[in-house]
Parts: sequence; C-alpha cells; structure tokens
Amino acid sequence: MSASIRGQNATFHFPAADCSRIPYGMYLDPEIYALEQQRIFHGPVWNYLALEAEIPEPGDFRVVAVGDTPVIVNRDREGRIHAMVNRCAHRGSIVQRAAYGNARAHTRCYHQWSYDFSGRLLNVPFQKGIGGKGGLSKDFDKSCHGLQRLHVQTLSGVIFGSFSGSVKPLEDYLGPVFAHQVRRLFTKPVRILGYQRQRIFGNWKLYTDNLRDPNHGGLLHMFQITFGIARLSSKGGAQLDAEGKHNLSWAAQGGRAEADSDDGYAGTDRGDMAITLRDPSMLRYAKEFSEDLTLAISSIFPGAALQQIGNTLAVRQIRTRSANEFDIVSTFFGYQDDDAEMARHRLRKANLAGPAGLVSMEDGEAVELVHRAIVRDGDCHSVVEFGGRGPVTDQENLVSDVPMRGFWLHYCKLMGITPGEDA
Amino acid sequence: MTEAATLIETYGRLLDEDRLEDWLDLFAETCRYEIVSRENRAQNLPLSLMLCDNKDMLRDRIHSLRHANIFNIHRDCHVVGLVRVEAGQGGQISATAAYSLFQSNQDGETRLFSVGRYHFELLASEGGMLIETATVVVDTGTILTLLATPI
Repeated sequence: MSASIRGQNATFHFPAADCSRIPYGMYLDPEIYALEQQRIFHGPVWNYLALEAEIPEPGDFRVVAVGDTPVIVNRDREGRIHAMVNRCAHRGSIVQRAAYGNARAHTRCYHQWSYDFSGRLLNVPFQKGIGGKGGLSKDFDKSCHGLQRLHVQTLSGVIFGSFSGSVKPLEDYLGPVFAHQVRRLFTKPVRILGYQRQRIFGNWKLYTDNLRDPNHGGLLHMFQITFGIARLSSKGGAQLDAEGKHNLSWAAQGGRAEADSDDGYAGTDRGDMAITLRDPSMLRYAKEFSEDLTLAISSIFPGAALQQIGNTLAVRQIRTRSANEFDIVSTFFGYQDDDAEMARHRLRKANLAGPAGLVSMEDGEAVELVHRAIVRDGDCHSVVEFGGRGPVTDQENLVSDVPMRGFWLHYCKLMGITPGEDA
Repeated sequence: MTEAATLIETYGRLLDEDRLEDWLDLFAETCRYEIVSRENRAQNLPLSLMLCDNKDMLRDRIHSLRHANIFNIHRDCHVVGLVRVEAGQGGQISATAAYSLFQSNQDGETRLFSVGRYHFELLASEGGMLIETATVVVDTGTILTLLATPI
C-alpha cells in the first residue's frame, strides 16, 4: 500500500492523509476508470439497482447498470428478486434487449440461448448437433454456464446488488443513519411516477463530490437562494456513516443559523431575494414526514442518492460510461395513498429536480466546467478544506466539504491507496 | 391552417432568437406547457421533464432562466418538419410536427440536442391564434448536460 496509484500514463499521488488534496488525474485516467469498475463497483459495496415497485409481478424485469456493467433485475415465479449480468455465457452478447417488460425467460437473439429468472442456462438450441455432428461436447454442463449473478438484498422495497461475497450485510453497510433514511422514504407502498435521464460529459466522481459538498447548494443553485428555499444560512448540515462513505445533506426550512449570517453573500451577486414567483404554489411543502427536513439528499456509496426536495421524491443512480461521461437515471415516486391533490403537487414540484430542474440544472454545467478545466495537469490537486482538515465528522452547518473527504478516504481504501504515506 | 403553421414557425424562431418573453405571448392565459419523454409516455407514467400548467408557471420558468439559473451558454436551432393541422369541434385546432433541435456553443460547435414531436392545441382568438396546450414528446429522453431553455 502506498499513497500513489498507477494510471495509464502517470502515477497519481495523495499527499494528505485526510484526503484534503485530490489529484486531478483521478478524474481523467482511463486505467483508473477500469480499476474503479473492478475495485469499487464490483468490489465490497452495495449498488442500488431498482425498486421492487418497478417489477411487481412474476416475470417482470428491468435492465439497469452497475458502473458500466449491464444488469438484469427480475422477479421469479415465487416472487423472489434476482439480478444477473446481462451478458451471454456463450459469446458475450446482450441477453435481454428490452429495457423493461415481462418475460417467460430471457432469450438472447443471437444464438437463442435462454436463461431463467435466476440466470441459469435453460436451453441451448442444437446442443447435440445434427445427426451426431456439431453441437456441444457431451460433457458440456449447462449448470456451469449461467449468467453471472449478483448478491441481492432489499430494504423496504429498495433493491441493492453486490458482486462481492465478502461485503457486509446491507443494513450494516448502510449504517443506522442511512438505513433510517431508506425506511423513512419507503415507509409505505410507493407509486412510480416516471424516469428522468441526464448525460453529463465529465467524470462520475465530480458528481459524487458535488453530492457531498453542501457548500455549493447555497451558492450555485440560485433558484433556491433567490426564492428563499434554502440558503447557506439555513439550518442544515451533513451526517455521515461510521466509515464516512455515505452522506446525508439536509436542511430544515425556516430556520436561520445566525441572524446576520446572510453577510457571507457579500462580494457575490447572489442572495438577492427581491425577485418573487408569480405562482409560488409549487414551492409549498406539504409536511408528510415526522422529521422537519425539507431537503434531504442521502448519497449512498458508491453511486446512488435518495432525494427528498420537499415533496419531490426520487432515487438517483449513476451509470458510468467512461472516465469522461456518465448518466444519472432518476426514478421519481410518490405513494399509493396520495390523493389527487398530492399526486398533482408532486408532479408540479418535480420541476425543481432533474436535468431541467429549476434547482438542480446547474449541477450538469458545474461538473462539465470542472472536467473541461482539469484536462491537463493530472498531478495538480484540488483543495478540499471547507469545514477544516483532519478527521471526517458530522457537520452542523452547510459551509463544508468534509463529506467529500469521507467519500475519498473510503474510495482510496477500496482502490488500495493509503493517502499521505510516502511512496 | 396556414395560420397554425406560421404560429409554429414563429414558436421555433423566437426560441432560436432568445426572445423568450415574446415567445410567452404565443400562449393563452389558460395554457399548459409540458416536455415529457417518450419513455414515460410509453409506460403511461405521468412524470414530465418540465411542466407548467398555467401561464404564470411558464412566466416563472423564463423569469428564473433570466435571473436565477446558470446553464450552458448556447444558441438553439429548431428545425420543424411539416405541420399537420386538424380542425375539431368548437374552433379547436390540433397541430403536430416533428422537430430537431440543434445546440451550438460559443465556439460554434454544434450538437444534435433533441428530437421528438410537438403536439399543439390551438385556439383562435380575436388577436390571432394562441397556444392552449403545447406537449413536447422527446425521443431524446437522455438529456445532454441539462435542459434549460424550452424546446
């Protein structure tokens, strides 16, 4: 173990033990990206896959992704959930071509090999050849040629998958804070409202950084500053799990941390609250949870986030495509017992989130601005010191990027890097 | 019929010229503007990408773009196909057309940003024809970077 990691054309060094310095090359190098697929996404983590409500009936399936690996999530005849890599054991082609549906089995169009809901190989056409010629040899054992299976665990109808046999049980992996966040949002039967997809031309970790940097919310996302939804001076903070890898950024409406705390906006052109909306009804928060949180984004390592922006509820999943590109797929939901007014309110309030979100659209631009600027100088470092250096702990305010260091410390652990140690 | 086609040409041109406030004037006070993905449409899922179910919400969208949101600096180019116009009972006119929307950045690099289909319900008024509902069904459900200006 050392503080350095070898990329394709360079070695990247983490000089600070608290991950307050991150080499830019970690966001750019294709070899690092390949290692991440193996050590992070296929490593000892639980990846969010889908919601049980998306595959309610036996035979229902959806094709999702873990990192850049295509994965089928489906429900078998007995109602059990399985997940397996969507890649045929024969010649590696995609097995299930549809994005979603209900199937009797998954049959690959290329050579018609078919698999059951747990990924077992069911049938190979012309397995014995014709007239004793061709086909597969007599000792071909179908049970050894199934689809690669993921371990699956669910919590309150949220499906997670792992390639690792050594990962902790899901609830231990989440820890009490994040297990509670999952239970809180999925306390009753949900109704899927729809999907939003966004492609961002930057490295996926710039987005996970962004999720763990509550400091940006009150400076970049001017809609919420301008219209008073959330400001850095709001009551809010960050909560982490024991390993610091997950982060809950939260804010409670109405509260002000300090009477004069808006002075921090001096010198920026932000913080002008003179502008008003003609129809502010969308901003209304109909309190529906026991806690007072109006904004709660739980980022689950490595690539998922549970989102509550008022009454706008969604799960976001990062699907990586290369070192320079990733997608965010968001599944918006409400509850089956929503009345007509609440159902309408959620759909209107969804204007705040997603790629066209009045609050969130800036994130796509922010990630791309950083990615474009760091194309060279891979061994220069970004400075992560808001909220102080040293140990990673919960934050009682929003002017902090300490949670980012929590992500990177866990990332380094899985990647085999010991930050701060001499090479 | 030609009035409907002219209105839709104006709709695309005003967006291209960044005359968003003039573009608002094409809508009736009771209007509804929605951008929805074909993916959600096909699964009968109600979520939109952008939803303004009255004109004030649409005004707020434009107001927010002008004063609050930060987005990629670009210019739009709408290429709208032939408009199919159908007249219904009570003066209601439906118009549909396919569109391609190209986006160019400040260096003059262009990308195909979105393709899909417009569904308009138009209303003849004393001052001319107005848009009662505009539903943009996007085939390009994966939004490139972000979606700020209306399609």
